[in-house]
Amino acid sequence: MKLTFWQRLDLIVRGVTPFFLTLVLVILGQVPLHIPGFAEVAPLLPLMAVYHWTIYRPDLLPAIAVFIAGLLQDALSGMPFGINAAVFVIVHMAVVSQQVFFTGRSFLIIWLGFSLVAAGATVMTWLLTAVFYSAFTSFEAAFVQYLVTVGVFPVLAWLQVRWQQSVLAQI
Amino acid sequence: MKNRQHLGHHISHPDKGVASRFGYLGLVLAAFALMLLGKADAGMMERVRASISDGVAPVLDVLSRPAANLDRMVDEFAALSNLRAENARLRSENQRLIEWQAAARKLAAENNQLKGLLNLAPVAEPGFITGRVVGDSGGAFVHSVLVSAGARNGVSKGQAVITGDGLVGRVHGVGSRASRVLLVTDLNSHIPVVVEATRTRAILAGDNSDRPRLIHLPPGASVSTGDRIVTSGHGGAFPPGIPVGVVALHGDGGIAIKPFVHRDRLEFVRVVDYGLRGILDVAPVGALGTPGAGGQK
Repeated sequence: MKLTFWQRLDLIVRGVTPFFLTLVLVILGQVPLHIPGFAEVAPLLPLMAVYHWTIYRPDLLPAIAVFIAGLLQDALSGMPFGINAAVFVIVHMAVVSQQVFFTGRSFLIIWLGFSLVAAGATVMTWLLTAVFYSAFTSFEAAFVQYLVTVGVFPVLAWLQVRWQQSVLAQI
Repeated sequence: MKNRQHLGHHISHPDKGVASRFGYLGLVLAAFALMLLGKADAGMMERVRASISDGVAPVLDVLSRPAANLDRMVDEFAALSNLRAENARLRSENQRLIEWQAAARKLAAENNQLKGLLNLAPVAEPGFITGRVVGDSGGAFVHSVLVSAGARNGVSKGQAVITGDGLVGRVHGVGSRASRVLLVTDLNSHIPVVVEATRTRAILAGDNSDRPRLIHLPPGASVSTGDRIVTSGHGGAFPPGIPVGVVALHGDGGIAIKPFVHRDRLEFVRVVDYGLRGILDVAPVGALGTPGAGGQK
């Protein structure tokens, strides 16, 4: 069956949404929420998108896309360029290598997987930051941020599954 | 179920073996190269960052408004519910302030007289540039915010950023319409301060916790809990006398300061254009009369 121009355009636009949503989460993560004590431990939203789409649709969120998302995160958050880019790419690599394991698993397992991946990402970010600045940043804050990130994951995961089943169902 | 079928479909073509390994290696190496480049030529990376921030700032400006409005509504609701208590508190505070006002007037007059006697050269009046905080990355690894005022508004690197409560931080990177402010709590923030009462000089160093520490105190200096810390003005980057915080903890772990400014309350900030060059440029020390060597690194 030959697709019309508009049908093809529709598929392309739908296909880039995982990448686009990841970038949106990077930007949303920068919005000041004015909640006392929240800024220091704000969840790392883009990591959840990287994890989710790498498990379910790595074809739509390739490594180069998470690299770019990581660079944007670095640029906007004021962190040294390359740290989040490296962490996101390594997360992508780790998740792709375990894809067979993740296939068809229940949400609890996916969540548990995320808690491990996020722990790895936090430690990596902490170490890279420490090496870059030759000084240790507060590990306590990093740990609380990790807990908040893992805690928020189900909400975002649910939204992303919805998106996947509606917008990306035909791709 | 539908989801699972989908998954099976995509398992059949995972990224293609060796080629993808090289792809990952390339990207990770690129990321590390960027980190090294950032170490070697921080200025260039800051310019790249500034232009990206400039591009995203208008979007963030729009996105940050609902959150700020909601915050204000919550505040006003809370204020309504304890109007009476607040009113009583303000009355007694007003009483106290009137007494302070009288004292301040007397001191100002006396100060003016003494300045006249000493023939003191007047210090330049600072100008202010007001900006909204449109981006707060959050996170434990960096303490900085994005402000919607940039080079075209007259912001330049090294300027002090304040609110009515006290010092927020200093301008770290400037784009044309947005600038990045390094908070006093950031790991890279080092600000020359004095203990207000004793005039003991020190450096306020952030460590990415919400309690920055006083370091480089002169030997034998005594600091006690509750002492106010203000900027010293040494080094020429900051105007002197901006309130920073109070000594919160004084023990073996060092002297922790509780800043007056709360990161989560930041909405509008003022960039102080003091007419002095930043600490990173050549500070015109001679113009100040006394060489502020103590504040120079």
